Amino acid sequence: MGCPGPGALFSQGPENHVSTETQSIVTAEAESKSVRQAMRQLRRSEYGKVPTTEGKRSQNRRETVAGYGFLLPWMLGFLGLTVGPMIFSLYLAFTKYNLFTAPEWIGLDNFVRMFTEDPQFMQSVQITLVYVLVGTPIKLAAALAVAMLLNYRNKGSGFFRSSFYAPSLIGASVSVAIVWRAMFSTDGPVDSSLSLFGIELGGWVGNVDLVIPMMILLAVWQFGAPMVIFLAGLKQIPQELYEAAEVDGAGPVRKFRSVTIPMLSSVIFFNLLLETINAFQVFASAFIISNGSGGPAGMTNFYTVYLYKRGFADGQMGYAAAMAWVLVIVVAIIAFILFKTQKSWVHYAGENR
Amino acid sequence: MSTIEVPRAEFLEVATEPRPPRRRRVKRKTVNTIIWFVVLFAITAVILYPLVWLVFSTFKPSSEFGQNPGLIPDNPTVDNYVKVLEGIGGTPLWRFFANSLFIALMAVIGTLFSSALAAYAFARIKFKGAGVLFAAMIGTLLLPFHVIIIPQYIIFNRLELVDTYWPLILPKFLATEAFFVFLIVQFIRNIPRDMDEAARIDGAGHLRIFFSIILPLIKPALITSAIFTFIWTWNDFLGPLLYVNSPEQYPLPIALRLYNDATSTSDYGATVAVSFLALLPILIFFIVFQRFLVDGVATQGLKG
Repeated sequence: MGCPGPGALFSQGPENHVSTETQSIVTAEAESKSVRQAMRQLRRSEYGKVPTTEGKRSQNRRETVAGYGFLLPWMLGFLGLTVGPMIFSLYLAFTKYNLFTAPEWIGLDNFVRMFTEDPQFMQSVQITLVYVLVGTPIKLAAALAVAMLLNYRNKGSGFFRSSFYAPSLIGASVSVAIVWRAMFSTDGPVDSSLSLFGIELGGWVGNVDLVIPMMILLAVWQFGAPMVIFLAGLKQIPQELYEAAEVDGAGPVRKFRSVTIPMLSSVIFFNLLLETINAFQVFASAFIISNGSGGPAGMTNFYTVYLYKRGFADGQMGYAAAMAWVLVIVVAIIAFILFKTQKSWVHYAGENR
Repeated sequence: MSTIEVPRAEFLEVATEPRPPRRRRVKRKTVNTIIWFVVLFAITAVILYPLVWLVFSTFKPSSEFGQNPGLIPDNPTVDNYVKVLEGIGGTPLWRFFANSLFIALMAVIGTLFSSALAAYAFARIKFKGAGVLFAAMIGTLLLPFHVIIIPQYIIFNRLELVDTYWPLILPKFLATEAFFVFLIVQFIRNIPRDMDEAARIDGAGHLRIFFSIILPLIKPALITSAIFTFIWTWNDFLGPLLYVNSPEQYPLPIALRLYNDATSTSDYGATVAVSFLALLPILIFFIVFQRFLVDGVATQGLKG
């Protein structure tokens, strides 16, 4: 849906001499009304010659002023609350800082400590990776499976779509974390239902082996958001493709592999990227379920929980900043790998492959 | 999305094997539909069980927790609600609700204001640097928030704004939630340009076009953004955990923690009742606006 280079249409246009590149904002403001009026006249006549009305864009300084004017709040936030803090935290990552005394430059010490002297950090990385790498695929698989089920029939699917989406809205809340803990506690609903089948697991919350599966289940419970996106993607697949595959003798598995997956690959890519990045950031549920301790035995001490404890409970802000940057790099690498491999498995509609 | 050239179904019909007789097909279809409903209702039951359990559990006396894992209370009571409405630590419950409501409403106003302006600039104004800035904005979607919370905290601490609502509300007025900018940009891009072109020729500036033409047309996107902002802010835990220290200023999620920590062993009933009350506004929102929410996710891929 890209616009066919509308700039070219106007390259000899009258407003070219006030192109954005060279003129300063000050002169833009000084631009007199009469000039503007004249320009409008010129442009109007110019437009008259152009066969289509699509893609008309004036590239003058007024546009730039207007553009940055509209963007002002966003720019302030972007520079003051995102870019500035990022640079600041990059600096802090190489310091020792506790909010009360001046930051002390310690070079790479924070990073060295992380990877060589901090078993809690290593454990936190480990459980977070398990949570992300196991939880996200399960969540997406559940989302895709249910989306396909919903796509089978249109009538009546709206109710289910909404019901399944509800957990995504509330899943990260404190209330749900409290419910989850109650559900999985000793003699709670999950424990007692499993006992009916002779499975005696006891409470999941205090169990070192079961607390991560419990957290993963909480993530999978929120499969609704990617499901809704999958469903929208499935509806875009032309029915003719399935019919053509059927003619060629394809069974359901073959149709899934050769039609559904390739046609859905851009949506899968999108969901995979976002869900993976989101999974790294789990906080409130782990914090509430463990009462802020990250227990039992550090098994809910997810990356964000540990970062919070180091930075805000222990006042080791330099160390926490270093941890944050390690996460940024990890996320960047994952995003990079996904974008790189995208070429080999993601097909965009209309692309000739 | 361009469509893909595929032979028409009518032609394919010729090539397929003869279909089974019509009546058997209809019957099979009915059976499939029944199976479909059964499976989906089963999934619904599992998915919604925790919520249903929560609702029923609010009527269980505290002593029943750990004894009665089932749905129906043995001795139903409204004591939990009576106790909970009194509040905790000298702060009445309505105060936490009011705090949450205030923060959420300010967040909605701020997000709509700043995101719509930014989105208009990205979608409709051709200015130098637009491409780079748009890419940067999309980049912030993928940026883990960890990397900015520490310096942001330090900055707000320097400005002596900790223990006020400013750190929670100010970022919303500066469009830091890039999702909504993106959502509105996509929406504006789908609006035909004819009307703004006509307005431009008649001499309307961008402000005029924005307020008179675009703003009324993007109402659905604004409603979606407003609902999501409200819900996310209402649920936000880390923000108030960092910035709000005085109990009478607590929004609900932090107040909930108060109940949870103080009473988890002795008074589970109260904790569960507050949990449910805290979720209630969102559940009502969801039931009323589900179309907007689900369609918003479907078209824009919001994280939810």
